Amino acid sequence: MVRNFLIGLVLASIGFIFFNLYNTYEPKTELNGIAAHYAAKGAEEIGAANIVTAIVVTYRGFDTMGEVTILFLTASIIGFFLKLSKKDEAKKIIHHGTSELLITSAQILVPIIFLFGVYVFMNGHLTPGGGFQGGAIIASGVALLIMANPNRQINHHAILWIESISGVSFVILGLLGIFLAGGFLDNRFLSLGTFGDLFSAGAIPLIYSFIGLKVGAEISNILNKYQKSQKES
Amino acid sequence: MEYLQLGRISLIISFLLIIIGFWGILSQKNIIKIIVSFTILDTGINVLIVSLGYLKGRTAPIIDASVSQGPNHNVLNAIVDPVPQALVLTAIVIGFGVTALLLAYAMKLFKAKRTLEINQFNDLKW
Repeated sequence: MVRNFLIGLVLASIGFIFFNLYNTYEPKTELNGIAAHYAAKGAEEIGAANIVTAIVVTYRGFDTMGEVTILFLTASIIGFFLKLSKKDEAKKIIHHGTSELLITSAQILVPIIFLFGVYVFMNGHLTPGGGFQGGAIIASGVALLIMANPNRQINHHAILWIESISGVSFVILGLLGIFLAGGFLDNRFLSLGTFGDLFSAGAIPLIYSFIGLKVGAEISNILNKYQKSQKES
Repeated sequence: MEYLQLGRISLIISFLLIIIGFWGILSQKNIIKIIVSFTILDTGINVLIVSLGYLKGRTAPIIDASVSQGPNHNVLNAIVDPVPQALVLTAIVIGFGVTALLLAYAMKLFKAKRTLEINQFNDLKW
């Protein structure tokens, strides 16, 4: 009873704060400060049609590197937590079979899902999307594969190599920005190209492709760890 | 009609989602339900940040045909604020990492006691 009362009190006070925020909320009417600079100068400085991509990959590229590092840390901590002994590693997952529908649709859909993921991260500078979204789409294909056959072996070495190579390439592209252009992760050491083309915006398509591959490999790695952890039971 | 603007509607939705998330975290007993509440709270905060960058009658911050042929030829008057959207992209990725870790902990906890009821985990209670 006291517990419910306390929960109600906390929620009511949060609601009260929000109510006051809502009452004093006045919609913005124009861009200000840094946002105005990004909107006005982003297209000519960076050459990316998608301003959000310009911010994420170039203006705030260092944050993105931190994000990728956090994902990598998550994958390694999960690997550490869900580590199996040699004996459990040889076991199989006991399940009651998966439906024919799931197996057939996985065979047909997975290549298309992978292709769509690659499309999303290649076109991150032109359309909504980018490395993180594309990587998540690729990992959803891996999730479909695992659900269709819970005992499927995911190639662990391939995932590790893709992850390491794309991570190192991301850092090298960032360092090239220091030597050939204005600073770390500057995309202008490659020509900006024609605005709106696939191969435009300097190094952004390359950087976002490597981010996409790295994120896809990391999320697949996490899914693989979850899958393996079911072997013990 | 003044209270039915898109910006205000999304503010109300985000406040509701945040409150539902806090309620779930505080009142639920099952660990999986608590994790789901965390993700609802995450989503509410993301919707809140994006809706703060909303500007009435403008399009997405992508410079293409819809911007250059709009009523205002200046980019400054045609797109919504891109900075909150970039921040939310970061927040979504961090939220994914936190959720993945929580699920791994939940698995480990289930293996330890074969239950997910939070009342059974009272080893550190005093």
